Amino acid sequence: MEALMASAIGLLTAAGIYLVLRLRTFPVIVGLSLLTYAVNLFLFITGRLAVDMPPILRKGVESYTDPLPQALVLTAIVISFGMTAVAVMLALGAYLSAGDDDVCLPPDDSGAEGGA
Amino acid sequence: MQTAAVFLPIIAALPFLGALLPGLMIQAGRNTCAAFTASATILALTLLLLCVPSVMRGEVLTYHIEWLPSLGLNVNFMLDGLGLLFAGMILGIGLLIILYARFYLSREDPMGQFYTYLLLFQGAMVGIVLSDNILLLLVFWELTSLSSFLLIGYWKHLPEGRQGARMALTVTGMGGLAMIAGMLILGNIAGSYDLSVILTQKDAIQASPLYLPALILILLGCFTKSAQFPFHFWLPHAMAAPTPVSAYLHSATMVKAGLFLMARMWPVLAGTPEWFWIVATTGLITMVMAAKIALFKDDLKALLAFSTVSHLGLITMLLGLGTKAAAVVAVFHIINHATFKAALFMTAGIVDHEAHTRDIKRLGGLRHLMPITFTIATIAALSMAGIPPLNGFLSKEMMLEEVAHTQWFGPAWLMGAVATLGALFSVAYSFRYIAHVFLGPKRSDYPAEPHDPGFGMWAAPAFLTVLVVLIGVMPMTFAGDLVRVAAQAVTGAEPYVKIYHWHGLVPAFWMSVIAVAGGALLLAGHAPLTGMWNATPRPEAKRMFDAVTRAATRWATMLTDGVHDGSLMRNAAVFAVVVPVLGWMAWSAGGMAPPSRAPLPVALIPAVGWVLLAVATVLLVVYHRARFTALVLLGIAGLMVSLAFVYFSAPDLALTQISVEVVTIILLLLALNFLPRETPAESSAGRRLRDGVIALGGGAAVAGLSYAIMVRDFAFDSISAFHLANAYKGGGGTNVVNVILVDFRGFDTFGEIIVLGIAALVIFALTDTVLRGEGGRRLSRLDPDTNPEGQAGDRHPLMMVVATRVMMPIALMVGAYIFLRGHNEPGGGFIAGLIVAIAFVMQYMASGYAWAEARQRVTYHATIGLGVLIAAVTGGGAWLAGRPFLTSDYGYLHFPPIEEFEWATAIAFDIGVFLTVVGAVMLALQSLSSMARRAGGTVNIHPMDVDPARENDQAGGGV
Repeated sequence: MEALMASAIGLLTAAGIYLVLRLRTFPVIVGLSLLTYAVNLFLFITGRLAVDMPPILRKGVESYTDPLPQALVLTAIVISFGMTAVAVMLALGAYLSAGDDDVCLPPDDSGAEGGA
Repeated sequence: MQTAAVFLPIIAALPFLGALLPGLMIQAGRNTCAAFTASATILALTLLLLCVPSVMRGEVLTYHIEWLPSLGLNVNFMLDGLGLLFAGMILGIGLLIILYARFYLSREDPMGQFYTYLLLFQGAMVGIVLSDNILLLLVFWELTSLSSFLLIGYWKHLPEGRQGARMALTVTGMGGLAMIAGMLILGNIAGSYDLSVILTQKDAIQASPLYLPALILILLGCFTKSAQFPFHFWLPHAMAAPTPVSAYLHSATMVKAGLFLMARMWPVLAGTPEWFWIVATTGLITMVMAAKIALFKDDLKALLAFSTVSHLGLITMLLGLGTKAAAVVAVFHIINHATFKAALFMTAGIVDHEAHTRDIKRLGGLRHLMPITFTIATIAALSMAGIPPLNGFLSKEMMLEEVAHTQWFGPAWLMGAVATLGALFSVAYSFRYIAHVFLGPKRSDYPAEPHDPGFGMWAAPAFLTVLVVLIGVMPMTFAGDLVRVAAQAVTGAEPYVKIYHWHGLVPAFWMSVIAVAGGALLLAGHAPLTGMWNATPRPEAKRMFDAVTRAATRWATMLTDGVHDGSLMRNAAVFAVVVPVLGWMAWSAGGMAPPSRAPLPVALIPAVGWVLLAVATVLLVVYHRARFTALVLLGIAGLMVSLAFVYFSAPDLALTQISVEVVTIILLLLALNFLPRETPAESSAGRRLRDGVIALGGGAAVAGLSYAIMVRDFAFDSISAFHLANAYKGGGGTNVVNVILVDFRGFDTFGEIIVLGIAALVIFALTDTVLRGEGGRRLSRLDPDTNPEGQAGDRHPLMMVVATRVMMPIALMVGAYIFLRGHNEPGGGFIAGLIVAIAFVMQYMASGYAWAEARQRVTYHATIGLGVLIAAVTGGGAWLAGRPFLTSDYGYLHFPPIEEFEWATAIAFDIGVFLTVVGAVMLALQSLSSMARRAGGTVNIHPMDVDPARENDQAGGGV
């Protein structure tokens, strides 16, 4: 199972990196979302994999999975939503202000004031 | 008695506090501004004088304040004879400079700024000489570099000023960096960063193999600061500063900081052959070379600048000799040089101010026009030349005496001869300063009619000249005690101080005679010598410096542009390559334990999920250009991630992930309304291959790392056991994840909801800005109704409207339920907030933004603010009970016949979280929808397009 999880994280990372390296803003945002999944999963698995051991205290149950990475990842998920939303708005603002959704400035423009 | 010691931090702080005054007081006029500036210095000086009696008794005042004891960095001050000498010079001459600058600066110069810079610099200098901790000393040392940069570049409109300031900062700053390294080594050897400890460790330091590197690094700092060969070139260029700055920085203070440090470190660093060869040789070379150059400078300030370099060389050489007698002379000459050189700089400033030129070739015959200035300048210059009975004579005579006894390279007389040559040049340029400026016939072509300035301007140099004479005539009365305590601090022993004029017909006497006679002769032959001087090629320091800095800048630009040229792709690619490589290097360094956990067996359902995730991800990469398809595939991947959380015992995460997923996809869909629907194929096959390789490399690295973590147990016991054990006992909840969020790590959560709120506000502000600018105009030209192909027939379909209306209360109920159970079961504020936000968003989707917004009574900004406020108040409430911020309390209520009900203050905190999440999500979506409205989509007044009720009404005559 560990191998499945590790390969899934690796696959999400690879796809995320590839899309982040594209030239338009939309794939970059999708790539960032994939990287977010990968990072959240990665943080989560630092508590090691455990099946049927949710960290909800029950009488008579002794073993629970590690709750700490879960708490960290929970806020990370919400924050990453905020980050994605800001990135989307930046991309949208850039597209509407500049008229194209290129990630890079045109070569002759790089020294001058950047787009919005 | 250590009572005076409490003044030390105040003395060091006063100039910094005073630096706030000039900017405020300049409004009240220039005199008031100068007076307030002076008041800070006067106060500091008074406090320093209160310390004098104890220091004169031979006590060392110390004052300790702990700052960062773990780093060995403490605010420790110390005042001994050496510190007293320098602090007195810095504050005393500083006071004179404040007076002088009041009259020197013209109306156009921003005086408040000048005095602020001056006091900052003064504070930094006082800090250096009072520091007992070498790390603290380094902080002040860097501050002098920075504040002198501001002072030298004070005339911002002059390119020479800016270049000179930059050069000074570069040279002294680099020296400062070297010195930091040297000081750290020194502190390591001594086992403490406190000077009072280091100064007792002479044997350990000099025996250490790191002695030489530490010595060289520290000397680099001293030599650059004190403008010693070959770093002397910055000082003449710094003369582009206003004359008060030159008089202050380059006579008494900044350039003396290097000397101060050499004197301070003298007890532990001096006395070795290395010290002698490096310091004495550098000093001697600097002294002779700079004196020779000074003779041929036509600019008054350049002449004085090189003469300063020369005299600094002299003092450096004396310190380098390493004998106690030489150290006494060095201390004495520091005093003398400060008096006559500050006076000379000020007279040069007066000449410049009144005659509007300081070019010696255009001056001459000023003695009748400016008698007062002439008198002051002549006395000071004669002292610089070493003419009896002035103070310069005394220290120069003693210097020659010391040198005559010193064996340097080659024959025994060599050092004496070279030093005499330096003294000879010194006499020549000093005489030139008098003869070519003040003597000679009166001229008719001065740029302005010169005359003596007002009292305010000549008072300061006159005072210094009086000191020159007094110390010269009665050295033991006026300087003897100060020299004694200062020299005692330098040498660490009771020194023999006996200063007198007539030593008999010793070698020094003849050397002096040769120097004076030779100097006079040299001046007589100045004109032909100048011709020869101008004909010989010389290395031009500024050109070399510029070439070096240009080359450095070019290399730096090449490197940064190569890695990071503003292109996101390049930056991300470099990052994605470098991090795995570094990780690999760390990995291959070894030290990994073998796997210690047995892997879980593969079950069918997770395997199916894995396949779905893998297929969706691969398809996403392949078909990412079709943006809607990409979103669908992204949704699948997100769902599979939520399922992974469920399967691996993280129900809270699964709930959060799935609701965030919904919100994110809606957000992206909304954004796609305005963005192109397709990504054009632009990158070449080679580029795609390269990116693919980078991506696979990064993915493999992360997969490998994850696997390596999962098959090993914790290296150390995790702190999770504590949370599991105390969640119920301490936090009153059985859902440990929720208890961690609202209780154990509540402060984190508090920060995170603030971040989330800020993100939403950023989105709002960004939208607003875009809509006001070009983006808004572009949007209003966009016609969404005709633009894309394949519009849905109904914008607000009946079925969807009805379904969402029915779902709304249910969704809100679910939200409330999830919220309330959160402390004990999976749920909580984050998830409930997302669910409620989705319930609202559904209404927006079904009936349109305008319709829903018109029915929205609460502003989302306020929701966010309220959420953060509630969380803060709950956290602060713990203070009332005398507990730390966010400590939660809980108890049980029992209302029959309902089951026992638990209350916890954490629930109020969770309400804050809930409100912030709802507000943030809704504000983000609302911002997007405001774009849609700007784009001019049809605004619906009715909740749905086809409304049977409305049609009936219309048939019956309207609503």
